[in-house]
Amino acid sequence: MAAPIPLQPKIRTFELNVYYGHKHALQDVTLEIYANRVTAFIGPSGCGKSTFLRALNRMNELIPNARTTGRVEIDGINIYDPNVDVVQVRRRVGMVFQQSVPFPKSIYDNVAFGLRLNGRPSKAELDEIVEQSLRRAALWDEVKDRLHHSALELSGGQQQRLCIARAIAVNPEVLLMDEPCSALDPISTAKIEELIEELKRDYTIVLVTHNIQQAARISDYTGFFYLGRLVEYNRTRELFTNPQRKETEDYITGRFG
Amino acid sequence: MATSPSADLKAQNVDRDTLTESPLRTSHSFTQRRFFRWGEWIAEQLTRLIAFSTIAVIGLIFLFIAREAIGVFSAHDTYPSPPSQATPEVYGAEPPEAASPEVYNPEAEPAQPTTERLSSPAAGNTPSQQPLPLLQNLLSTTWQPVSAQPKYGLLPLITGSLKVTVIALLLATPIGVLAAIFVAFFAPLWLREAIKPIVELLAGFPSVVIGFFCLMVVGSFVQETLGTTYRLNAFVAGIGLAIAIVPVIFTIAEDGLANLPRQLWEAGLALGARPWQVVARILVPAATPALFAAVLLGFGRSFGETMIVLMASGNAPLLSWSPVEPVRTMAATIGAEMGEVVWGSLHYSILFLIGLLLFAVTFTLNSIAELWVRQRLLKRFRGLTT
Repeated sequence: MAAPIPLQPKIRTFELNVYYGHKHALQDVTLEIYANRVTAFIGPSGCGKSTFLRALNRMNELIPNARTTGRVEIDGINIYDPNVDVVQVRRRVGMVFQQSVPFPKSIYDNVAFGLRLNGRPSKAELDEIVEQSLRRAALWDEVKDRLHHSALELSGGQQQRLCIARAIAVNPEVLLMDEPCSALDPISTAKIEELIEELKRDYTIVLVTHNIQQAARISDYTGFFYLGRLVEYNRTRELFTNPQRKETEDYITGRFG
Repeated sequence: MATSPSADLKAQNVDRDTLTESPLRTSHSFTQRRFFRWGEWIAEQLTRLIAFSTIAVIGLIFLFIAREAIGVFSAHDTYPSPPSQATPEVYGAEPPEAASPEVYNPEAEPAQPTTERLSSPAAGNTPSQQPLPLLQNLLSTTWQPVSAQPKYGLLPLITGSLKVTVIALLLATPIGVLAAIFVAFFAPLWLREAIKPIVELLAGFPSVVIGFFCLMVVGSFVQETLGTTYRLNAFVAGIGLAIAIVPVIFTIAEDGLANLPRQLWEAGLALGARPWQVVARILVPAATPALFAAVLLGFGRSFGETMIVLMASGNAPLLSWSPVEPVRTMAATIGAEMGEVVWGSLHYSILFLIGLLLFAVTFTLNSIAELWVRQRLLKRFRGLTT
């Protein structure tokens, strides 16, 4: 579990609250997420774990009537500060969704999409980054002969790895993953989990998962959400072997879910 | 059978096996499910009959138009006879009793007197003795169906239709598509809910009102601002058509854009794209088939539109490139001349031929639009939609 890279906080939240209309979806969450670690959040449906994840790159703002209070600091800067440009936040904090959403373009154009948003990178530059990103997403060998085919021809697992490649192509610092394997078969899931292990050397990975075993397998830190509150947050091994709270124990032992 | 007939009607779409599981019937035995229900049978047959009859009506209309248009070939022999309107000069010289049968009942009109009367003034008029070959006539550049030597050149009408349609599309496509983009992606919910029904209501606007408005207001406005020679011209008609087809384009385009998977929008933003970049680089390209279909439907609608062009285009069958000269469209020609044409004459058949052309063009375009949206768009997102 002990990674060679020293422990540094990357993201800090202070009394983070999210409301959807009158619904208090996330209540007073204060925690630190460490750089170059995989942090997993588990909990039953509707417990606020996805809401929390989406608060980290201000995606909640896309939901009508959503309101956020509190602070989310990335490298000490509050991303909810009025002076902060949300677009810059999202470039530094990439996101992979539960449902793989390749754009209806070619595989190449999907990966190059983020790069082309700012200025016009040269063809050589693009080629290099696209290849590099696809390699890191462990997809290169499967698609290198059909880079200019539609991304929608890929299988579900490949599409999800394409989305990861697309997210890391813009070189974010943090990678948020919202149940990235929930729509995938076990083999694709294994590939993605392996990939997450690889990626944590360069990125801070925050993962939301329904799958308790997955959290136990691949994360360094785990947080348990229940009814909009962060019940427990600890090193993964501690949380699973010696949970401090009754609800945590009940959940991880499968007494409710 | 204790159930009321209305319950029978409601259940008509439900599978027979599930009926036995409905709470109403749990106490009954399985043997009753084969019971023949008259209400159900009648309702089923009635809906089937109506569905087939609408298709049959469209087919029969097409057959009728085609049959009448075939007369183009068989009406050869009566070729010199139709220019009945060309003979009024003769009436003045002749006793008035010859006029009465012709006005009242062209069908019953004896063919002999007409040809005789015609042959006398036409004796010195050689061209009418040797009419143009039909195909050459149809492809000529003059539409003068009621001259001494009738000219049925369809080119000015076809180009007229195309001209006003292209003008209308050039005006309406940007407006309709941009409005659809705004409403689908940028408008707040309340505004979206206000704009959409209002624009869709405009789609049902009577075209005669739009035509009237163009005739009275737009024509003068265009003439004052652009200084056009003719008050009513292709451009004015194009504006009128644009008013009519903006709602069509808007509605189809908005549906196509709003039905895109929501995740595309989120995924684009999550990559750090600005909203406009997501729209321009992902969503609009993804909805291309729907936008294409919207434009095609707009094309079909304005190509076949009659009243607006009849009122606002100036109705002169001129062949020119200028967008501010009067034009005559195919639809307007039918609308204007069908009421006065001699039944069964070549002119009559040619009007039906024009109708057939219009039918074929709009039918083809609508089919392409429909297939394009259904096939392309759905195929494109089969792996994407939830």
